[in-house]
Parts: sequence; C-alpha cells; structure tokens
Amino acid sequence: MKDFIIPQFPPGDERDMGTPARNGAPVSLTIDGFEVVVPEGTSVMRAAFEAGIEVPKLCASDNMEAYGSCRLCVVEIEGRRGTPASCTTPVTEGMIVHTQSAKVRKIRKGVMELYVSDHPLDCLTCAANGDCELQDAAGQVGLRDVRYTPGDNHFDPKGIGARSQSEARLREGPGNPQFIPKDDSNPYFTYDPSKCIVCSRCVRACEEVQGTFALTIEGRGFDSRVSAGAAADNFLTSDCVSCGACVQACPTATLQEKSVAELGTPTRSVITTCAYCGVGCSFKAEMNGDTLVRMVPWKNGKANRGHSCVKGRFAYGYAAHKDRILSPMIRDTIDEPWREVSWDEALSFAATRMKGIQQKHGRRSVGVITSSRCTNEETYLVQKLTRAVFGNNNTDTCARVCHSPTGYGLGKTFGTSAGTQDFDSVEHTDVVLIIGANPTDGHPVFASRLKKRLRAGAKLIVVDPRRTDIVRSAHVEAQYHLPLRPGTNVAVVSAMAHVIVTEGLMDEAYIRDRCDWDEFQHYAEFISDPRHAPEATEALTGVPASDLRAAARLFATGGNGAIYYGLGVTEHSQGSTTVMSIANLAMLTGNIGRPGVGVNPLRGQNNVQGACDMGSFPHELPGYRHVKLPDVRAIFEKAWGVEIDPEPGLRIPNMLDAAVEGTFRGLYCQGEDILQSDPDTHHVAAGLKAMECVIVHDLFLNETANYAHVFLPGSSFLEKDGTFTNAERRINRVRKVMQPRNGYEDWEVTQMLANAMGAGWHYTHPAQIMDEIAATTPSFAGVTYELLEEKGSVQWPCNEAAPEGTPLMHVDGFMSGKGHFMITEYVATDERTGPRFPLLLTTGRILSQYNVGAQTRRTENTVWHDQDVLEIHPHDAEVRGINDGDWVRLASRAGETTLMVQLTDRVAPGVVYTTFHHPATQANVVTTDFSDWATNCPEYKVTAVQVSPSNGPSDWQERYNEQAERSRRILSAAE
Amino acid sequence: MLEYAPAPSPEEIREVVAPLAELEGPLLPMLHAIQEVWGHVPQAAVPVLADLLNLGRAEVHGVISFYHDFRDHPAGRRVLKICRAEACQAVGGAAVAQSVLDRLGLDWHGTTPDGALTVEPVYCLGLCACGPAAMLDGRVIGRVDADRIEAELKTGDVEARA
Repeated sequence: MKDFIIPQFPPGDERDMGTPARNGAPVSLTIDGFEVVVPEGTSVMRAAFEAGIEVPKLCASDNMEAYGSCRLCVVEIEGRRGTPASCTTPVTEGMIVHTQSAKVRKIRKGVMELYVSDHPLDCLTCAANGDCELQDAAGQVGLRDVRYTPGDNHFDPKGIGARSQSEARLREGPGNPQFIPKDDSNPYFTYDPSKCIVCSRCVRACEEVQGTFALTIEGRGFDSRVSAGAAADNFLTSDCVSCGACVQACPTATLQEKSVAELGTPTRSVITTCAYCGVGCSFKAEMNGDTLVRMVPWKNGKANRGHSCVKGRFAYGYAAHKDRILSPMIRDTIDEPWREVSWDEALSFAATRMKGIQQKHGRRSVGVITSSRCTNEETYLVQKLTRAVFGNNNTDTCARVCHSPTGYGLGKTFGTSAGTQDFDSVEHTDVVLIIGANPTDGHPVFASRLKKRLRAGAKLIVVDPRRTDIVRSAHVEAQYHLPLRPGTNVAVVSAMAHVIVTEGLMDEAYIRDRCDWDEFQHYAEFISDPRHAPEATEALTGVPASDLRAAARLFATGGNGAIYYGLGVTEHSQGSTTVMSIANLAMLTGNIGRPGVGVNPLRGQNNVQGACDMGSFPHELPGYRHVKLPDVRAIFEKAWGVEIDPEPGLRIPNMLDAAVEGTFRGLYCQGEDILQSDPDTHHVAAGLKAMECVIVHDLFLNETANYAHVFLPGSSFLEKDGTFTNAERRINRVRKVMQPRNGYEDWEVTQMLANAMGAGWHYTHPAQIMDEIAATTPSFAGVTYELLEEKGSVQWPCNEAAPEGTPLMHVDGFMSGKGHFMITEYVATDERTGPRFPLLLTTGRILSQYNVGAQTRRTENTVWHDQDVLEIHPHDAEVRGINDGDWVRLASRAGETTLMVQLTDRVAPGVVYTTFHHPATQANVVTTDFSDWATNCPEYKVTAVQVSPSNGPSDWQERYNEQAERSRRILSAAE
Repeated sequence: MLEYAPAPSPEEIREVVAPLAELEGPLLPMLHAIQEVWGHVPQAAVPVLADLLNLGRAEVHGVISFYHDFRDHPAGRRVLKICRAEACQAVGGAAVAQSVLDRLGLDWHGTTPDGALTVEPVYCLGLCACGPAAMLDGRVIGRVDADRIEAELKTGDVEARA
C-alpha cells in the first residue's frame, strides 16, 4: 500500500508487512542475527518485518497472498541452495536467514536495473513522486546506474530512445508500437501503462480484496500489460466497480488518483469515518493544508480492514459542490424567493415562529426529524431539543422508513435492537442466508468480505425477487436463489422454519438451554401446520418447494449459519413479522451467540443505528427505553433540568397527517429529505405545505426545502467532530479535517437554535455531549472520546460489564434472558395486483448512488447512473410494446411518473424494479402509504403498478419541477 | 490479413462449447473448440465463456491473449508454422524462415492477399533431431529448406483443389 509518506498515526501499526498474517503454532527463527517468533505459515518476509527488518519488495502487499514475481525480496537461508523469495518461503523452526549479503545485494540491484530499464525517468514530475514504492525500492537497493541502452520499451511514445517522457516530448520520432496511451475513462483515476512494472498487485487486489475480477494481465512476456476487461474495454466499460483497491495496491503512478495528479501528494492525514452506508468504513482523509487530496481506506479500520467502495473512496466532491448553501436563508411564505440573512436573524426568525406556533396551537404542535447521516452527538441534541425545549416527544428519524421493524422484531425476540455480530464474524460462516439485501450494491465493502468467504467455500442462499449480483458473479454462485414474489417474505421464511421443525433439523439442546421452551413448543405447533409447508405456499410465493426444502436443510445442517438482511425484509406491511421469523429461524438452528452466525441487519445509512440508539423515536428515550417509564424520565429530567412529557410523540406519517389536519405546524428537519425519501410524495408535500414553519438544516436546498421557511446550512462529515455507529454497533470517531464551510458544525447550529428558544446550553465540544449520553444511557456508559482514541472504536454495549465493548451479542444467553419464539402468521398486504395494476414494483439502490442521491448526484458517480431506470422482464415488455431504452409511464393507485426502461431477466415476469436516487423521477410518487403494522415502516417494496409507453415527463413531474425551480430562487443579501 | 471475419452469435458459441462444460478446467478445451469451428476466437466468445464458466471477462481475455495460438481473426486457408526455437536455429532454421517469408512476401503472422496461406512462428515442435522443422496444416515436416517448403505448399494446393 502506498502509505509510506504519511507519518504513522496511533493507534496501530500501519506498515505493509508484505504478506498476510497467519494463525498457527509459534515457530522461532533467526533473521540477521535477531531471534523472531511467528505463527506457523508466516512468510520469511513477514517474519523479517515483525523483527523490524525491511526486505525490499515490489509485488508483495499484506492484503493479498504472496505472488513471488518481482524477485526483489530474495534472501539467503543457511543450508538452502540459491536465493529464495522471502515472500513465498514459509518459516521453519531454527531457520537462519540473511536479508542482506553481497550476493542478494547484487541480485537485487540487477533486478532493479532491469525494472528501471523499462520505466521512464520522470520522477520529479510524476504524480507518485514521494509516494512510489519503485522509487523507494531503487533507493533501498542502492541503484546508481542503468547500464542498458534504450531498446524496446513501453514508455517512450516517440521511439527515439529517450530515457524519460519529458525528453521524448522534445523531439519527433518514428513512434513506438509498444507505447499505450493513458486510459482516463474512469472519472477518479488514470491507468498509465507506460509506468507499469507488471507486478500484478492491481489484478490480485481486484480478485482477492474486492472480488470483482475486472482486471487481468494480457499477453505474455515483454508484451504483458494490465488490461481492464476484454480487448475492446477500458476501465469504464469493463466490470470495474471503481472501489479503488487497485489504485491503492499500485506501487507506482500507473494507477493514480486524478486528485493527487492535480493537487500533489498529501502532507498530513486524519482518520475518520465514511458518511455513506452502514458499513462505517474507516478512512484516512489525506490533506494538503485544508484541501482534501484523497480518501484512503484505513488499514486498521475494524469494519473495512483497509478496503473501500467507490462512494467512500472517491465520491466526496459534494462537500465542495457549487450547489452547497453556506448562508442561512429565510422567507415568510414558500412562494417567495429565499433571502440570505445572518445566523442571528435566521435563528431568531425560526425561534419566534416556533414559539408563536406553540403559543397558538399548544406545545405538541411542533417537532423534529433527526438525521441518520449526522453524528450521534448531533442526533442526541436534536431529540433533546424537542424533549427539553419544545416540551414534547415529537421526534422521529428516517429509520422509521427503513429499519424500525428491526428494532421492534429483534427487541421482541432477543431483547435488543441491533445486529448480533461484528463484520469479522463472516470469516467463520459456513452458510450465508441473505434476505432482501443487495450487499454488492448497498454495502459493497461488506460484500467483498462476504465474497471472499464464499470463494473459500461457504454456501449461499439468497431470498430476493431479483437476481442480484451476489446470486451469481465471477467465482461466486448461490447454491439456492429463492425468487419470491414481493410481499411474501413471511411465507417463505416460515416455510423454511416448517421444514426445519417437521424434519427434526432444529437444535433442540440449544433451544432448551437458551430459549423459552414453552414458547418454542407453542411455536413448533404453529409452524408445523401443513399450511406453512413449502408445497402449500408455492403458489403464493412463487418459490419452488423443492428448492425451498433444500435451502432450509442446507441452512439447518451446513454448520455456522449467518443471516444478513436488508430493507427487502423491513419495508413491508409485515416487516416486523419477517424480522421476528428470521430471529425464530436463527434460534431454531442454534445460530446465535458465537462467531460466524447471527442475525445481521445491514443498516442503510452511516448512522442509522446511532440515530435509533440516541432516542430519535417518539416513544423511546436514548437506549431504547420507553418514555412512559417514570424512572427513565427521571434520569433525563435530572440531567436536563426539565419535565419530560410522558406521552409518546408523533411518528413522521402522523406528523404529516396532523399537519394536514392543522394540529401540527412546525418542523425542524435535520439532514433528511423526507419529500424524496418518504412514500406517497403527494401526501408528504401536502403535509409540509400546511405547516407554518419548516426549518430545513442541510447541505443543499433539497426537495423538502421547497416547502421550507428557514434554511440553516449544514456541515459535511469532513467538517465536524463526533461519532457514527455502524451496522455492527461499532462507535467510530468522525474527525474534523477542515473548518466548516458554513461556519458551524451541525451540533452548534442545533445548540444555537435551542438557545434562541431560551434553552441555555453550553456545549463546547461533542465529547461533552458524549459524556452526557454515557451518563444517562447504560449501553453507552463506558464510552468516552479517550476510550475511542485508545481503542480506535468500540461496539456497544460498552459499560462496566463490557469495558471494551461487545463484538458478539447474546454469547452466554440472550439479553432478555431467554430467547422468545414469536408466532409469525402470514397476512397478505392490502396492496394487490389487479387488472388495472397487474405488475409488482419493488425498489432498491445501486452501487454508485446513495439514498436520495443528494451527495452522490453531485459527484462524478453520475457517470455510472445518471437517472433512475425501470427494470422489466422482456415478456412483460413485449406484451406492452415496450423496447429497451424506451420512455415509459409507471402508474400506481397513488400516482404516476415516467422514466427509462431496461429489459432484463434479473426480475421475474410480473415484477418491475427501480431505484429512488433521482428527484426528477420521484419513484415515491408511485409508492403507497401502506406500512408495517407494528412500526409504520412504509411498504416501499411492494406497489401494484402498470407500465405503458410514454412520450415524456408526466404532468405531475412538469408541475413539480416548475414548483421546485420557483421555490429555489435566492435573492442575494444586497437586494 | 483477412478483413472479413464471420461473427458467430452467442447462441452458436454456446452450442459449440456446451458439451465441454463438465470437464475439469474447461476453458482451454472450449477455446480450442471455438477456434476449430470458426478458425479464430472471436471477441463475441469472451462474454459467453465468462458467463458460462462464471469468470470475469478480463480473466477470459487474459487466457486468450496469453496463448499466441488463439487468433482474434481467421487465418488463411492453410497455415504454415516454422520453428524458431534454439535447436532449429542451430541448424539454419532462421535463414530458412527468412527465405520462405521473402519468397511469399510476408512477415510473421502474415496472410497472402488471396487468403491462401498464413505463416506463423512456433517455438519447438519436438522435432529437434530433424531440424529445421515446420508444420503445415497440422502435419510436421523435418529437415526443411525453402525449396522443400515451396514444394509442399504446391502439393498441398493441388490436394486442396482435388
């Protein structure tokens, strides 16, 4: 890895040890006179690094297996002939190694001389200058001359025998057929074959680390070059997913970030946490002064282990995008243009309006929506604002529309509302069951770790209406793909449980020991009923009974079984029921409480876990404690010096309903775009329109801001301190790498708003907010910024019982004492197909875009996905006279929109699929307001629709765009 | 070189390689089968093979481009391979090869304008004891010189016409 130029950052050693770590019995050997003890299977190279002895190397890196091609790492071993490569030679007991001797020095110099004979001598003007392992290695071996005269080479475009490209630029020549020009098709990095030393690190990183297999070495011998895809491909048209692993692996400037080429090598770095999905990757933000040069995945990050995806690695440009609003703005009505004003004016305008509404309509007439993209500390303050300052519990968060059923379902069965494992656990899994999740697009870094495990032999079962990439992609193939009809999750999971119980495959000893036996017997009786048999539900679910039986048997008998699920489980009218049926399945098979097993919700947003933990829900104070409990209220009443309303507040859908009725009038919405992300856009718009004061606190004038009266500019994750909690309950530090461009971190803005309403808060750093969280919330009791500095990250619960956090939950028993089996009756959704709406629409996300796209649409990621596209099966398209690439009208009972169509057999006949990343499409105009029976989580994943040919945008889209444009007008401060 | 290359459809390629799918390490046999049928490995085969064997397109391309024997366009009707390995060079193989190429007016890998013949280098035919060696349409010939090769080419032509 190219990380030599940056000074080491505690904690953790960031050196590249050359080859991966091994587990094994200790072996002792002597290297250059020093005794070293390493695990069996370790390479001589790694053993040397462990002893602090650097062996020169080019093709080795410790995130991939040794390859033995560069021959620079040769050593002498007493009693062995020749000079073996230290990277491919495992240690043996008593081995005596010499890494420096006249013989190996001579060999290394000769090898280096050959490398450099086909490498341009342009070091001073090279983008990797100072960050080049070839340069480092040439220095290490003491190369002083290249005796070869210029001959065949890959770097001189003119064919004039120049030693550098700068020299070649000066003169004309006959040309050089071996020279291949730079490929700059990828928006974020370039591939310059003229600087390639063919070490294969990029190819191996693509295969071993990322698992995409997009790169190869084409040709042989001197003609060998790295190639993305097949002969006619470039990086953009190949299978490359732009994860950046190859760029990170490249020892030279052959694969180089365009940002480094433009801005120069970074001079300092700050470790922080990615603000995209729930994997929560650790990154080094590498800086020049206050300019961000690049984001590099941090090797010691415990969620990502040094890997990244296109979003976290490259798509940070939105933070400096011209659309970003940096001054506060207000307006009296939403028909007016915005007026830029001072912070004081904006805050006092907002405070006056909110107070006025409360005086007129009561204290419960206003509320807040917290953001799953902001930090724990910021979220905590926003819910505190409504509870301590507004005096009600009207707080909700976007988890309402994604994982609220997870909270409910896992709470009922296991007693906690979170995933049971850490991501490392996947390395011990034998059978993976994925339900309603598309990890290669939604959680790519986890998907890479999962694919690695699958390539090592773990089995895979996928339950999904679409044939997602994880079902079948290079070197990975699911044993069973159960392509169910959207909306029948409960029937499918129950059928699996039926097979396991009726065939006696359950783990009875585990159930007797860990679970409530009476409840189990009741459940077993329920699930054994023939109406749950796969044969009985086949007609309903569309899943062949024989496949389902085989999959159930595999899961029950295949060893460590782990379940990973996503929004395809929760965003249904029976979302909570499905979560409980998944928990039942895990308990039935004894798959809770050790590495390699568990129930793992893949959380959508970076801090959706944290936002839930921090008391964003209207009925729960931080730590999932019900607001009606007087002892819980007492803790916060004492800490905050106020009386807390014992009545649960309004959920988002209730806020909107109440707004239309006129009883809910004011909203502070931080970092969330409910107009685009929430279902039934018409209803959301009507609710917002009815309010008297909508305060939007965001980076951009989002769709919700079209209906806002106050706009408070937000700060990006690069501009603030705080913590995010990822899907494995890991609390990661977010560190400020530059000053907020808008002037204030988001928690400061919330504090100023609270103080404008008379709160008198005095936080000067988020660490103080975390101290307050720890003091009031048992599962966070042990969390401090000092601990996070020391450990890098911790997983809650972190308290006296678990001072260093809890990687695995329910190890010796469930949090709730005994695990509870729940009865999971399948109830069909009210959303039914019929003659007018014969197709089922399901929605999802795509790799390059994220959620409502507010961030990723403002980056070069649009190269991959510049509009939402409707996937439809060719049969369904044919009967409607629709061709690939046509513009179609997508209509449901709720509304209609238009978009482009793509014909694919990824979706089954009768099912269509689209994403919701682009406001021009507004897929949620179509989705209905049906929702989960327990938590109101909207049923995004099932909408009965019709698709028909269309000429262009619908009337609604045109009206909407007109309104949006009008409402985004800004008068400058001078006018 | 032939400008025209027949472009088989994915279905046709699938049909040719499908019987080999059960072999252990089926990619090379499949590539040979394709070259056998169409005289070359068309680009259209890459995605088909990648899909069938669940490999990356790049991997298939890497294998095809590694082996010079796999052509990306069809050869002439006849293919002459002349050995350029050390043993044949030691007995004058290089001069024989140069002379043949000169007479035909071709360079290595070249095809005569009428599409009759392609000349390719080969590195050892295992016929070192009777070098210089060559191979015409899969039949090895020992102790060749330029005249012998010319004669062989003529015979073959007659045979081909007959």
